[in-house]
Amino acid sequence: MAGMKGFYVGFGVLAVGGAGVLLVAMGRGAAELPSGPIEIAAIESGRGWGGYVVGDADAPVEIIEYADFECPACRVQWVLTVQDVKQRLVATGRARYAFRDFPLSMHVNSRAAHHAAACADEQGMFQQMHDELFGMQDKWTGRSDAESRFRRYAGDIGVDLDRYDACMEEGRYRGRIQASIEGGAALGVTSTPAFIIGNRLYRGISYDEIKAIVDSLTAVASQ
Amino acid sequence: MKHRMVTAALSLIGLYVALYLSLWKIGLMGPLVCGVGSCEAVQMSRFAYLFGIPVAFFGVAGFLALLVVSLVGLRPAFVGKPGPTKLLVALSGGGAAFSLYLTYLEAFVLEAWCRWCILIAVLIFSVFTAALLGLRQRPSKT
Repeated sequence: MAGMKGFYVGFGVLAVGGAGVLLVAMGRGAAELPSGPIEIAAIESGRGWGGYVVGDADAPVEIIEYADFECPACRVQWVLTVQDVKQRLVATGRARYAFRDFPLSMHVNSRAAHHAAACADEQGMFQQMHDELFGMQDKWTGRSDAESRFRRYAGDIGVDLDRYDACMEEGRYRGRIQASIEGGAALGVTSTPAFIIGNRLYRGISYDEIKAIVDSLTAVASQ
Repeated sequence: MKHRMVTAALSLIGLYVALYLSLWKIGLMGPLVCGVGSCEAVQMSRFAYLFGIPVAFFGVAGFLALLVVSLVGLRPAFVGKPGPTKLLVALSGGGAAFSLYLTYLEAFVLEAWCRWCILIAVLIFSVFTAALLGLRQRPSKT
């Protein structure tokens, strides 16, 4: 019976220790925007937002990407696919591309990253901030000092930091980001990266596949 | 009955690891501590869900079942009976087979590794091995 007693003592230590480790892990910090509920009016004002659009407004096909700046797969998609799409399809007028916010709740710094990009966009520097955030993703993902890093990236690309700070402190785009998430969810987006091309949803897709879809839609449109 | 002590301890560790991944999956956990590896790529892949439910949730349910069977098997009324050990073999065998499939996906489909998933695979195989060894032992009262 002494053996059983020893087992239960050890088991109890393991149970309490494991629960403690989990609780500590749950309490680790993250970047924080102004907390509290987002007013419905602020979300509604973002409903008609089409995303950060590049390319010819008259292009026959629109490629919409729902992405999360803290998602490693989105970073890979940016490196392997999106840059090709912009250079070979958007720059040639064959399609336009829209980036829409879809920060996943599992990523602690993602909303702040999307908000930082929105504040940079106010000064016409979304693309540069987008590239900084994805390019430096491994330096800020999951870190409690992420927001100060975003501010540094903004300064590096030439954003006026006084205006940036005011925008971040106010949480000016929280409603629009929430509207983007809800809009994506309504379209069936559940994970990132997700693409909507010609009213169809694709999850993780190669440049060749996107080009084939654009070719097909262009052919249909010209008939 | 030492094998049931071993399976209980291993199941408890497995339960915590699966709980960690589950809490992360529903956004209640901070950043996933992965070190060198691709935990998030694996956890966010399409294979991280089964019937629309995160695979980590099945891990929680599986290890919880193994833990309960192990602890019940250690109660005086069940110590000499082979039933709990047979149940442990069946449950952990199923878990090990599923874990083998997930490890195959990591290696050959996703080509990305999640350390926590590997740890879970090691734990479930260890529980299975301990249960099998227990099955071969003669039932004892101690």
